Amino acid sequence: MTESTGGIDMDEDSSGTIKKFAFVNRKAPYGTIYALESLEVVLISAAFDQDVSLVFADDGVYELKKGQATKSVGMKNFSPTYRALEGYDIEKIFVEKESLDARGLTADDLVVPVEVLTSDEIATLLDEQDVVLSF
Amino acid sequence: MGFEINGKTYETDEEGYLVNLGEWDEAAAKYLAVEEKVELTENHWEVINFLREYYNDYQIAPAVRVLTKAIGKKLGAEKGNSKYLYELFPYGPAKQACKIAGLPKPTGCI
Repeated sequence: MTESTGGIDMDEDSSGTIKKFAFVNRKAPYGTIYALESLEVVLISAAFDQDVSLVFADDGVYELKKGQATKSVGMKNFSPTYRALEGYDIEKIFVEKESLDARGLTADDLVVPVEVLTSDEIATLLDEQDVVLSF
Repeated sequence: MGFEINGKTYETDEEGYLVNLGEWDEAAAKYLAVEEKVELTENHWEVINFLREYYNDYQIAPAVRVLTKAIGKKLGAEKGNSKYLYELFPYGPAKQACKIAGLPKPTGCI
């Protein structure tokens, strides 16, 4: 049954639909606003109880790097906020293996537990998503 | 904008949130609580201190849902529910408690 409320169709079947969202992060944490904006959108999206995955690739892997010292660039170090994601029930965090390797990093260098996937595996993961947002 | 207590000035934004977290102290909390018409009890301080710790750890003010869950984990289920938190902070625990705790407005909080 479809009910009309204030011009918006409240379809019982679709209102509870959970979609798969992937947020793809590919830029270094500072220098542009992309990383921080992405994180804020992710935190807000958590309120909508969707199936959220985060993907970090290219310089985006630096967003999760431990030991960020941002004082001299005059930016707030927001990397501790990634550790809050678990409390927001966002626990699917994927990092591209090739990007880590190219930068001499491993999962141990990152501030949160992640699942390391190859480029091909990430491609498959993104194929399965309903919505992919790139930052 | 701002206010002054015993010669110390506190800068606030247009909604009354402290601009510099470092300026926060108990005197500021008491002033902000009066502004919010909240009478601070030990239960209020428990939440305020919890929020300051949370911010210190994660650099964000938590969403209400996240705050509720985290409070429940730390202080027990009888306090980890929105009824309890709204009784302490009737205009929204995240919004009002964060303001008194000197934190920025929570992301996504309307």
